[in-house]
Amino acid sequence: MSFTGHLFLGLLEGGVSGLVIALTAMGLSLVFGVMRIVNVAHGEFFMLGAVFAWYFSSLTGSFYPALVAAPISVALVALLADRFILRPIRYAPEPTIVATIGLLYILQQLVLTFYGPYARPVAAPIYFRVDFPWFGYSGYKLVVAALAALLLAALWLVVTRTRLGLYMRATQQDREIAQAFGVPTERVYAAAFALGAVLAAIAGVLIVPVQQAHYLMGLDALLLSFMAVIIGGVGSLTGTLVAALFIGLIDGVMSVFFTPTLAKIVASLLVAFVLVLKPMGLFGEDRL
Amino acid sequence: MSARRITRREAMKAAGALVGAGVLTGISGTLPTLAPTAAAQASTPSGKTLRIGFQVHRTGIGAVYGAWYEKTANAAVQYINETGGIAGRPVELVAEDDGTDPKRGVEVVEKLAQQAKVDFIFGTLFSNVVIAAAPRAGELKIPYLVVSEGYHVPSGKMNRYVFQPGITDVHAQVTALVPWIVKNLGKKITMVFPDYAFGYDHRDFGGTTIANVGGKVAALVPIPPTETSFTKYFPQIPRDTDVVYHVMVGPGVLTFVLQMGEYFGARKPKLFGFIDSLEGVDMASPGLDFLEGSHIWEALPRYADGYPTRYETFYRARVGVNASGASQQDPKNVSTYSHMFGVWETLFVIKDVVEQSGYEKPGPEDYRAFIETLERFEWFNEGNRHPQGAKKFVGRLHQAFGQQFISQVQSRRLKVVDRTRIEDGMYKPEGDYTKQPL
Repeated sequence: MSFTGHLFLGLLEGGVSGLVIALTAMGLSLVFGVMRIVNVAHGEFFMLGAVFAWYFSSLTGSFYPALVAAPISVALVALLADRFILRPIRYAPEPTIVATIGLLYILQQLVLTFYGPYARPVAAPIYFRVDFPWFGYSGYKLVVAALAALLLAALWLVVTRTRLGLYMRATQQDREIAQAFGVPTERVYAAAFALGAVLAAIAGVLIVPVQQAHYLMGLDALLLSFMAVIIGGVGSLTGTLVAALFIGLIDGVMSVFFTPTLAKIVASLLVAFVLVLKPMGLFGEDRL
Repeated sequence: MSARRITRREAMKAAGALVGAGVLTGISGTLPTLAPTAAAQASTPSGKTLRIGFQVHRTGIGAVYGAWYEKTANAAVQYINETGGIAGRPVELVAEDDGTDPKRGVEVVEKLAQQAKVDFIFGTLFSNVVIAAAPRAGELKIPYLVVSEGYHVPSGKMNRYVFQPGITDVHAQVTALVPWIVKNLGKKITMVFPDYAFGYDHRDFGGTTIANVGGKVAALVPIPPTETSFTKYFPQIPRDTDVVYHVMVGPGVLTFVLQMGEYFGARKPKLFGFIDSLEGVDMASPGLDFLEGSHIWEALPRYADGYPTRYETFYRARVGVNASGASQQDPKNVSTYSHMFGVWETLFVIKDVVEQSGYEKPGPEDYRAFIETLERFEWFNEGNRHPQGAKKFVGRLHQAFGQQFISQVQSRRLKVVDRTRIEDGMYKPEGDYTKQPL
């Protein structure tokens, strides 16, 4: 295969995975920005999205009901977690990390118990193969990328153009002042946590026809989201988006020209460099 | 005032404690609990229970194999207990999860040997776990019978206490199969394999055998077993490759095969896969049609018409597998049929050896008798106890050798098209455990 072919495959793979990472990472970034908490269980919402997608699509025989029902189910799980785990510990940063680590294991083990250790496939709702001059590619993956881009645009509209978005931005800037101005911050917290989970869940639902639902699949999603959030700058949605695409493209191109292991090493080094040189991330606020 | 209202705080505490307890039971695999998975039936057998430690991959990337290894072990123990036990004694399995994790594997061996004080330990599959845990079994001087396929046992690099009497190793498999591949499919072969010990056995012995029979290795493509996305590896496969030799493990196996199909489309090279790439995967899964016509190695045919002996039929029914290789209760739950028979056969090897060696209890004398008796075995006859077929056993290598099957994907099923003989897989032995001290 020619140089162009290799480069094109790298960019394509990188672009698709970058957009999916962006969707997941955006949820993490949103939760961190608004609530100032690190949700270690974020990857498990991605995994739950995939597992629920398998459940609903095998129940109904079609992928489309799952596309709606799975994120809603995950949102309910997130709301319960917010109400009964995070609120009782008052969203204090350190206890929240410990609590969400606990949540990670609880969700993982529940799925292992009730769903099993299997990697179960879900049929893609649309299946076609795009034949490029050098190689063939899954058409569904291109659809996933397009949908992810649309959802990211929708998220941007929600944050900048709606009352909920205004509340979230206000709470992010200063919780107490926002509260003094009548913003129902507790409900904003719950909404932000659920919305973050829904974004991860949608990514899980979209990816399950490509990658099968498995109880350990949340770990990779969590790691990549963290990388995107750290590089992009904690709490900055633009930064997260740019960083996610960057991570995806680096991974794609490096994997094709060199090896995927090297790609992972480079991405991890990048995180280290950003932490040393610009601790708040490329787009992060300078104050904390 | 005896009846006191429970405050909200107390209720929350209680709920928290319950959730906490739930977590503990959920991760009991990593806590010091030993769950007997098949209680001994004291009906016919009597006397002191023989306790067999079962190191199982209940969680981690080997969990699908683990689930089926456990089902098979339970079925074998039930059958053994129904038919008089081992040397008249009832048998109990003491199962412990190792999370498919080498570090944990060592701890599991220690725990089974020292705390649970089992008679033997058996059942480990993933080669990285075996290689980590086997030295500890040797130090603790307890027989450790693995069902792993890796060449580590017959290589002579383990120790006197480690045996693999129930399943053929990779070196023998590829020695038997590669000449068939070169003769029937093509000479220029690209090998795609998992990037750890088990995969290296394929790379090293497959690669050597390819060269020995006049073929050529076009490229080597190692892939980490935890990988979830594979398209980026495929550019490493040269376009003029005649055959892609693929063997993959872990939760990503279906994705691997699907993405290979998307990548190559109609211009695909010929494919020869090891069933590991499809163990636990439903052949009717969406997108697998591109495998049509390709060849797959099987140790024991998944579909019942592949090797319809009465022993195989008996074994299949006892384990609860239907004619398509899936669970009788849940046809979507596809078994790891080409590996789990090794668990069944190993338990019957233990039975034979205990009965012939006069083994009674853990200790240097009885273990010496057990090991020396097993090393003298030369043959396991085909039967209900060895449904995969007869096995030649080489005592100095601690390794069994059996027949292999070559199947073709036809109408989304695996159809056996050829079979190799035991002698096809015999290679020049390297190790000799019988010279090691006990």
